[in-house]
Amino acid sequence: MNLRLHQVRLPLASFTLEIDAIFDRSITGIFGPSGAGKTSLLDLIAGLRRPSAGKVESDNEMLFDADGSLHLPPRLRRIGYVPQDLALFPHLKVRANLVYGCRRDGTEDEPFTLRHVAEVMEIEPLLERNVTALSGGEQQRVAFARAILSAPRLLLLDEPMSSLDSRLKMRLIPFLLRIRDEFNIPLIYVTHDAGELSALCDEIIVLESGRVVERGSADEVLAR
Amino acid sequence: MTGEAWQIVFFTIKISGLSTLLILPFGIAIAWLLARRDWPGKAIVETTVMLPLFVPPVATGLVLLMLFGRKGPFGSTFNDLGIDIVFTWRAVALACAVMSFPLLVRTAQSAFQEVNTRFEDIARTLGASEWRVFRTISLPLAFRGVVAGAVLAFARAMGEFGATAVVAGMIPRKTMTISLAIYQNVQLGQDAAALPLLLASVAVVFVTVLCGQLISMRKRPR
Repeated sequence: MNLRLHQVRLPLASFTLEIDAIFDRSITGIFGPSGAGKTSLLDLIAGLRRPSAGKVESDNEMLFDADGSLHLPPRLRRIGYVPQDLALFPHLKVRANLVYGCRRDGTEDEPFTLRHVAEVMEIEPLLERNVTALSGGEQQRVAFARAILSAPRLLLLDEPMSSLDSRLKMRLIPFLLRIRDEFNIPLIYVTHDAGELSALCDEIIVLESGRVVERGSADEVLAR
Repeated sequence: MTGEAWQIVFFTIKISGLSTLLILPFGIAIAWLLARRDWPGKAIVETTVMLPLFVPPVATGLVLLMLFGRKGPFGSTFNDLGIDIVFTWRAVALACAVMSFPLLVRTAQSAFQEVNTRFEDIARTLGASEWRVFRTISLPLAFRGVVAGAVLAFARAMGEFGATAVVAGMIPRKTMTISLAIYQNVQLGQDAAALPLLLASVAVVFVTVLCGQLISMRKRPR
């Protein structure tokens, strides 16, 4: 998967997010202080926000082109998104949450079947539970599984473990690596936590006030 | 209670229920549009929807009379189709619908505004169309507010008086509602005849609002 943001501009409240970058690694970390524009960056990649200029392209498919007035809606982008608050649908059971994004054409391709994804994420016993009755760690895995089941070409994760303690975070990291290895889905991972970055990411982009100020391997960036 | 009083009570309940059902789809649609979309003229539509709350009901009735009378812009069209509106049960339902519409829209609009937009966004990233997002996420999460709005609208319709009196008159066994009958009885000095109607009215509205409260008290998913 190759995602290219070409001179993308998105005006925010206090600055303009300006990005010119290629995402072609299996796990790219986005690091930066609060209010740097990290979530806005994920939103525009997902199609939830419309930039004022630039192009967004994925595997030679144009997702957004300001010149051509093209804005592919989120539902057609096949880009999964796990937000910071997970946004599990509170009125639906775990099973209904999981199948919400499943393809509707009646075909289920391995490995994107409910049975397989639930097994990999170790949530099989939770399927008939209410999402509000799950623990923090269980909710994370259900949110990951729901996004995986939509068979995305890319998965965006916005500080998905920020509300968990460090012990639980370390227990969940193998599940994130399984998304990459078992389902071959590249990840863009936003976090404040250097430990998560070094454990997960092949490459790190540091964002400050809407601009990329540093980019490199996890070791290089964290050493600086 | 006399047979005529029972007829008035059932007629009022029936018309209030009908008017609430009539405005429900439009009210929900407008409430959602006001809560979730920006469009030219939104403020004007929002203000117009709220007008019946502030304009004297008798004045609203007069407007309806002008619009739906036989020579009115809408009334003449219905007349060509062989449908009379004014001074029939249809005028009662129309007056009740117009007068209770703002309460439904206002309550449902607040309920839609309370739904976290992140749920809707994530549903879109999972491949859901706008209609599916509305049907499976927005409406179920706003359900309690929409029910509360419908209950308010029904209760308002049960008590509607001014607009109904102007556009439908007080025709026994045809357009006579509880409010109109109570007024007429009091005017004629027959307070004793008004009392059972008053009690029936209070009982119906009490049960309706109580049901609405019980639904509202159910644990709300967030």
